[in-house]
Amino acid sequence: MTIPAISLKDVDISYGDTRVVRDVSFDVALGESFALVGESGSGKSTVLKAIAGLAPEWTGEISVLGKSRGHGMDRAFSENCQMVFQDPYASLHPRKTIDTVLNEPLAIHGIGRRSEKVIEMLAAVGLDRRFRFRFPHQLSGGQRQRVAIARALMLEPRVMLLDEPTSALDVSVQAEILNLLKRLRREQGLTYLMVTHNLPVVSFMCDRMAVMNKGRIVEIAPKTALYDGGFADPYSRELYAASGGNPGAEPDMVAPATKDPA
Amino acid sequence: MNETPLLEVEDLRVSFATPNGPVEVVKGLSFTLGREERLGIVGESGSGKSMTGRSILRLIRAPGKQTAKTLRFDGLDLMAQGNRQMRKVRGARISMIMQDPKFSLNPVMTIGEQIAEALRVHERLPRRDLRARVIEMLTSVRINDPGRVARMYPHEVSGGMGQRVMIAMMLIPRPQLLIADEPTSALDVSVQAQVLDLIEELVTGNGMGLILISHDLNLVARYCDRILVMNGGEVVEACAAQRLHEASHPYTRGLLAAQPRMEETRDELPVLDRSGGAGT
Ligand SMILES: Nc1ncnc2c1ncn2[C@@H]1O[C@H](COP(=O)(O)OP(=O)(O)O)[C@@H](O)[C@H]1O
Ligand SMILES: Nc1ncnc2c1ncn2[C@@H]1O[C@H](COP(=O)(O)OP(=O)(O)O)[C@@H](O)[C@H]1O
Ligand SMILES: [Mg+2]
Ligand SMILES: [Mg+2]
Repeated sequence: MTIPAISLKDVDISYGDTRVVRDVSFDVALGESFALVGESGSGKSTVLKAIAGLAPEWTGEISVLGKSRGHGMDRAFSENCQMVFQDPYASLHPRKTIDTVLNEPLAIHGIGRRSEKVIEMLAAVGLDRRFRFRFPHQLSGGQRQRVAIARALMLEPRVMLLDEPTSALDVSVQAEILNLLKRLRREQGLTYLMVTHNLPVVSFMCDRMAVMNKGRIVEIAPKTALYDGGFADPYSRELYAASGGNPGAEPDMVAPATKDPA
Repeated sequence: MNETPLLEVEDLRVSFATPNGPVEVVKGLSFTLGREERLGIVGESGSGKSMTGRSILRLIRAPGKQTAKTLRFDGLDLMAQGNRQMRKVRGARISMIMQDPKFSLNPVMTIGEQIAEALRVHERLPRRDLRARVIEMLTSVRINDPGRVARMYPHEVSGGMGQRVMIAMMLIPRPQLLIADEPTSALDVSVQAQVLDLIEELVTGNGMGLILISHDLNLVARYCDRILVMNGGEVVEACAAQRLHEASHPYTRGLLAAQPRMEETRDELPVLDRSGGAGT
């Protein structure tokens, strides 16, 4: 058996006295792209935060690339596992230039050849060099999300935790960022754990998904369940129906055109 | 049968004064809305959807300015109405639901008081009837235990419930036209469908017209009869909702293609060709 990239076993997570995630177990294989879906408040971001060391109150076992994670920040850990947040407006420091933002992780980890690395990374995420010395407010939402992805990739992690990385963006910008993430994963052999409420995004980006409801995983399904609605759990089916199902499979759902007389 | 359209818009323009001269953000929009028709306006952020919605209610604030050759609602020339007359139109005959209920509800008034207030502005009713109407309205937006919710403050309810309260407030005066500007963008997918089903049911049941503004093509296709696609302040395409997938304008086609599908087999999503080249 090969070691999974991410493994959670019987994980419970609390904020103070409130337990918000219960009994969560799943494995993500090396190179796999795995989604966490479910409505807001179901605990998706909390799971990502616990893996990233940003939600310290948990019990159970969490390991990444075979190393179990301790509670709290862990420098060696962050070299392997990085997180990208939903809101590109809130996640970048307003008074730091893009150059500073991308340099920081390298400086903290004592890595050299910084200037070249920054320039390479800007090219990798499709940002022109002239953006290097700009501030976040001088960029569009899509450009900021490219910077956030670039920052996460500076340490060449093998596992990326993506929390709704395109939810704040327009469709056309979302398409560009999703293409970018897909290409980077292919080129660098990355493993993705991605939170989203958008099921078609799962269909494009992921191999499997865990459906969460009220802090628990109710079902783990392959992405093909999105093609035919083949979910086992009633809650998953409800979520699928609320997202419009697969209009390709049932033309009536998108265009309630004149029905044939029976 | 009344044959005049509910709303006629011709050459609607909205512009903002900037240091470099006026900038037009709605550039000569024309459309008509039939009675009981449901019109969708879609486009990406900044395309001028909200400005269009607001200008129908003459709600463009300085330094913005609106002009129109025709802006007629149920035969009434809206451009010729003063502030006072417009206030009578807003809420009573045309209502607008905004994206985020938290910004639209009054935080220091209970939900029941706010809904009653919305009704009182337009209709004189004895206290007891007023209360009955409030409870009836909360029930019709599927709020369980309406008596208790009426006594709650906006911060005490969830986003989905807040948006349903907004809908109750907007519909209680029984307007002829409802303008819903991204009414569910701040809500979860699971709640989104409930709220939109509710709007659809109330609009259809009361013979109202609807203008649904959204950035989501599939959503407007599901809930509207006709769709206007906006880009850069202009309508680039108008089509029947059922025919959205046959849209011919490159921009509309681009938007449709850029969306991932439930059954996605493409390796890469096509992206819009942006002149300007700054990237996104
Ligand atoms: N920092 C926090 N302190 C206390 N409760 C929190 C905190 N962050 C999230 N929660 C609560 O934990 C639950 C799960 O939240 P979250 O993981 O953000 O859900 P999701 O990402 O699925 O929307 C929610 O009830 C939320 O209110
Ligand atoms: N106060 C303002 N001054 C200048 N431009 C503005 C102002 N408010 C809005 N705009 C511009 O008007 C355009 C249309 O805005 P809006 O109708 O809100 O777009 P949408 O609702 O489609 O996202 C945008 O480009 C926006 O930047
Ligand atoms: Mg979240
Ligand atoms: Mg808007």
